[in-house]
Order: sequence, then C-alpha cells, then structure tokens
Amino acid sequence: MTETITYVRDRFLEQEKPPLSDSTAIGWIRKNLFASVKDSVLSLVALAALVYFLPGLINWLFISAVWTGADRTACLTTDQGGQLPAGWNGACWAYVNDRFVQFMFGSYPRDELWRPLLVAAMFVALLVPFLMPKMPRKGLNALLLLIVFPVVSFFLLLGGVFGLRHVETSLWGGLMVTLILSFVGIVVSLPAGILLALGRRSSMPILKTACITFIELIRGVPLITVLFMASVLLPLFLEPGNNIDKFLRALIGVSIFASAYMAEVIRGGLQAIPKGQYEAADALGLNYFHKMTFIVLPQAIKLVIPGIVNTFIGMFKDTSLVTIISMYDLLGIVKASFGDSGWITPVTPLTGLIFAGFTFWIFCFGMSRYSAFIERRLDKSHKR
Amino acid sequence: MALADARTGSGEPPKVSLLYNPALRSVVYQVVTLVVIIGAVWYAWNNVVQNLARANMTAGFGFLNSRAGFDLAQALIPYSSDSTYFRALQVGLLNTLVVAAAGIVTATIVGLLVGVGRLSHNWLIARLCTIYVEIFRNIPPLLVIFFWYLGVLALLPSIRTIFQNLKEDPNAVFFISNRGIYMPAPVFGEGFGVVLVALLIGIVAAIVFTIWANARQRATGQRPPVLWINLALVVLLPLAVFIVMGQPLTLDYAVPGSFNMKGGMVIGPEFLALYLALSLYTASFIAEIVRAGIRGVSHGQSEASYALGLRPGQATRLVVLPQALRIIIPPLTSQYLNLIKNSSLAVAVGYADLVAVGGTILNQSGKSIEIISIWMLIYVSISLITSLFMNWFNAKMALVER
Repeated sequence: MTETITYVRDRFLEQEKPPLSDSTAIGWIRKNLFASVKDSVLSLVALAALVYFLPGLINWLFISAVWTGADRTACLTTDQGGQLPAGWNGACWAYVNDRFVQFMFGSYPRDELWRPLLVAAMFVALLVPFLMPKMPRKGLNALLLLIVFPVVSFFLLLGGVFGLRHVETSLWGGLMVTLILSFVGIVVSLPAGILLALGRRSSMPILKTACITFIELIRGVPLITVLFMASVLLPLFLEPGNNIDKFLRALIGVSIFASAYMAEVIRGGLQAIPKGQYEAADALGLNYFHKMTFIVLPQAIKLVIPGIVNTFIGMFKDTSLVTIISMYDLLGIVKASFGDSGWITPVTPLTGLIFAGFTFWIFCFGMSRYSAFIERRLDKSHKR
Repeated sequence: MALADARTGSGEPPKVSLLYNPALRSVVYQVVTLVVIIGAVWYAWNNVVQNLARANMTAGFGFLNSRAGFDLAQALIPYSSDSTYFRALQVGLLNTLVVAAAGIVTATIVGLLVGVGRLSHNWLIARLCTIYVEIFRNIPPLLVIFFWYLGVLALLPSIRTIFQNLKEDPNAVFFISNRGIYMPAPVFGEGFGVVLVALLIGIVAAIVFTIWANARQRATGQRPPVLWINLALVVLLPLAVFIVMGQPLTLDYAVPGSFNMKGGMVIGPEFLALYLALSLYTASFIAEIVRAGIRGVSHGQSEASYALGLRPGQATRLVVLPQALRIIIPPLTSQYLNLIKNSSLAVAVGYADLVAVGGTILNQSGKSIEIISIWMLIYVSISLITSLFMNWFNAKMALVER
C-alpha cells in the first residue's frame, strides 16, 4: 500500500512578533495599568497619591532625619531650643541609636549582657536547623530547643547559681522580654493545646465539658482581661503572703491564653483526619496513647502547621499587651522612653514607634513567609 | 478450628483484667479530673477568703452602688462623678459597643475594598493593597493605637492655635485639634419626633414596595423603578415633614471657652486613635479573607455566567459574591470577635471603655474578683451573641443541599 504525498510544506510563515503587551515596557504598562478607563483613573489616582506622599515620607525617614547626637537638642529646632533650622521635621534616629541597648535588653546589667547574647546565639543556632526541612535529626533538635534550651536559658538569664550574679526579672526588658514571653507561650501552648484539643474531642463528658469551658471562656475574653487575671487574681488565689514574680504572672497569663487558641487550631487538624485512620489504628490493636502519638497527631499537626505558625504570630504581637500591666517589653520600654527627659522632642514618639513597629514587623513577616513556605511544601495539589 | 471452638464453646467474653476495662477507666479518669478541678477551686477559694480577710476586704457586688467619684470623657448616657460604679460600667460598656460597631463597619468596608484591590488586574493597585495588608497584619494593634494617639493626633494643632485661627476666621464651625474634632451638635426641637415617625413610615413603605415590585417582576416580567421610588419614600417624605413642621432642628456650635472649646460635639482623640487603629488593623485581615473567598470560587463559575450572557458586574454580584460569602462569613465572624475583644486596648490610651472603667474601679475599690468576673461575663456574652448572629446569617447564606 503506497501513499503518495501530494503536498509538502517547504516554506514557513514568518514568525509573528510577540504581542506588544508581553514584549515592551509600554505594552506592559498598557496592559497592567491602563487596560480600561476605570483602570486608568485608578492608576492615575494611585500614582498621584504616591507622588504626593512618598517623597515626603522618604525625606522624613531618611534625608531630613537626624542620625547622630547625644541628647534631645540634636532633634530640636532653634525655636525649640536646639540647633536645627526652624520648620524642620524628620525622624530622630539618634534617639533610637542612643537607647538601642535599652530597647533590646531593658535594664539588664550592662556588664552581664553576654548572658542574654549567649542565649540569643544558642536560640539562633538551634532554631535555624530546626526550621530547615532538610536538616536531619529533627527529634534531637526539638528536644534541645524545646526542653534543654529553656532550662539552660532560665539559669543563664536569672542567675543566682554557678557563680552567676542574680538578675531580677524586674530588670529585664525590651525585645528580650518580648521574645521570652512569646517563646514560653509557644513551648507551653503546644503540648497544652494538644491535650486540650484531645480532651475536647474525648468521649468522657466531664473531661470534655471542662476542656470546652476552659477553651471557650479564654477565647471569649480579651487577652488583657486574662493578663489582669494573672497579675491581680493569681496572687489572691495562692497561699496568703505569697509573692509571685510579676514576670511569671505575665508568662502564665500569656501561656493560658495561647493554649486555648492553640487547642482550637489543633482540633481543626484532628477533625480533618479521616475516620478510617482512627479505625485502622483501633483495628491494629493500638491503645489510645499509641494511636494518638503514632497515627493521628503526626498527621493532624502536619496539616495545621500554617495555623500553628499564625497562632505564633498572633501571640508574638499580643505579648505587646503586657505593656498595659506595666511591664517593659519592646513596646513598653519604647513607650516609657518617651517620657525620658533626655530625649523629649515632638518627633521622639513617632520615631520610637516606627522603630518598634519595624522590629515587630520583621519578626511577624518572617514567620508568615515561613508559614507560606511550609504551606507550599505540604501542598501537593495541582494548581490551575 | 480449635480456637474457634474454644471461643464459641465458653459462651462468654474472655476474662479481661478490670484494669483494661474501657468503661471503668473512663470513669476513673473523669473522677480524677473532677477531684483535681474541685481541689484546685477549693484551694483557690480558701486562699481568696484568707487573703481578703488579711486585707480587711469583703467580697460581693454591693460596691456597685457606691459613688464612683471619677469623670469620664465620653459618656453617651447622663453620667457625673456622683453616679454609681454601676452607672460607670454601663457607660463603659456603651463606649465599647460604640467603638466596636464603628470599627466593624469601617473595617469591613476598607477590608472589602483592599481585598478586591489585591485581586485587581491593575498592577499598581494590587501592589499598594498588598503593601497595606502586609504592613498592618504584622504589627501589634496596640502599637497602631499608640501610633495614632502619640505619633499623629498629638501633633495636631493645640487649642490655643485654634483660638488664634478663630480670631482670623470667626465663621469656622469645624475644628481639628489635638483634643479632638469639634463640630456642631444637632439640637432636636419640638416636633422632631414627627419627622422620625415619617422616616420610619418611609422605610416600612419602601420595604413593602420592594416586596410588591419583586412579586410583580416575577408575575409580569416588568420591574417598576424601585430605586427612585424608594429613595423618594425614605428621603423626600421625612424632608417634607421636616419642612412642614417648621424645621425643628438647630445646631449647637462649638465656641471658645476659657481653656477649651465649649458646646458642640467633640470626638476625642482617644476614640479616634482606637477607632482608626482597630479599623485599619482588622481591615488587613478582612482583606485577606475576602481575597481568599473570591479566589475560592471556581473560575468556571464566572466563565459559565459570561457564557450565559451576564455582564461582568452582574456575574460578580449574582454568581461569584454569593458563593464567596459562604467561604468568607465564618472567618469574618472571628475577625469581628477579635475586633470587639481588641477594643479593650482602649485602656492603653484612656478611652473610657469597659476595661478602662473597670480598671479604674478596680484600682479605687480593690474589688478585683468582682470586676474581672464582670468583664469576663460581658465579653463572653458579647462574643456569644455575635457568633449566634453570624451563625444564623451563615446558615441563611449556606448552600441548601439536597
């Protein structure tokens, strides 16, 4: 059977140029900024707003800003008693620079600063490999980070043993306190949250009611009332004459609050595990403890890692509320420094708050990026 | 075979140690839990009694009837320092509700706009909305409150500057100062009630008319001009009555007093800082929820509606949004609840909300247990009512499946 080929194409059409919108800058602008009349108006309004605000903002933050100086006169205009020309307005970074150590460590004795620094170094050294999915020995790493590290840090920061000078918690402050509060909140809330979530899903009515009451009560009220409870009521609840440390009270308040929220996140994960997994574990003859630790929880927790990280972010931001029960976390100490006579200027509050906001932002943004990264790694579904 | 025989032969379940009996175990666990809880409560109660006795204090809510002795900057119901603690708490609760309601409305609008904006094809708008969300989502709300209160509102012109400006421009009625925004307050004269009744009648008539118009559209396919007639009913009717009654409304202007502005209506900087911070902070979360909701509606839905000949606006309004709402409502509820709870941050700037008023009473009277129970009770009730309402709304919106 032969086939005669009647036509073979020997000349090809000339290649078309790519559409304008994909090739040139003007095409891109037309497609992305001026696709329709409505789009054009919106773009122009946004552009006008940017042109109006951005130069002033950059000028305020960087160009007009004062970067060096020993006291408030560096950031005051001549008619306010300083050296700057009248009408000057800009950030006073000299003040942040001058107070930087205080913002980081509070009133921690300056000659003992190696202790929090060492703790920070240990933290980074343990946290970074823990967060990298490819690093081996996650179990050992978790043990070191979640159990050994807190114990070592406790003795290192508080002192009073091994010849270390005792440093009262009232001297602690700044970013250090923010990080300690949120880290302890995280370390306590994870296991407590798991227990509460399991209790809430258990079939024992009394246990279940107790867990539901606790979770819903704590989730129904603002953190500030829980903190008030910890700082005002806790001493009343304990034996007469007790003098429970103020920092410890805040820690308890934050941990209680975080546990209730964590419990709900983990419950979401537990509910998402198909019933077959529970039944298969039962069929294998595993007891409750084995069923949970080997079959259900590993899957459930993996499922809700993004939710857990979001809870961490929320907790990190919420620690700033201890300012209200007059503790000096990062926000508290920055706010307290506004009243410091050495640096009272009209621009001090704004500068300090922008610095504190930026610090909080770095941590939270980093955590949310990490959460997104994990989410992408865990998400095996096909995207359209 | 032998095994099976042995099992069936005995006729009773194999002997298991009582230790492994699930029913017994469960009872034991629960008894232990109960004992631990009761023990803890008893221990705490015992200590409270002893601690109170040491401090020569008594427990109970009788103190609520004693004189408060402090002033509150913003009170929606008559209040003076001679009022009772109970009255002060009522003022605080109202202030909480006011700032929460205002915040929820603003946060929803801003969040909706920003969330839709993030999905815009317009590159600039999408980027700006992303920047907004990423900034506000990652900063503590308390810091945003301080930012407005100490960083922005405190830098507004002082009252003295306002007085000076008033000399140059004596006709000004609207002032922005670091002590708040002053504006004319409406004073309702006699006969204003009739206008309100007219407004009410107009609204009811508009609703009735809409129902009738819908029925008519279904029956005949013709739709009367609902929007215009409704506008006339709701706006023109009360306006006509207002003019007929002789305009029973006067304005009370803010005028300079000795140290401060007198009269008029003032929105304090505390309220403004809290309101702006709560709205903008929560809006960033709502924007993300809205975005996720709209993206959660399958692309095929909008394509199908275009295929049916709907215009883009109709497709969004009639097909995409109703489905997106189903995804949006549950997380939106928790954001509303968060906003209500975050309004307690008022205490940081001294806005007289429930927590701030309660904190003052707590400091004055030392009734910590009572005050904290009141707080918890009220907040839990507010949370409960809000979630009940949103659950009802959610059920109404939910897909009715067969």
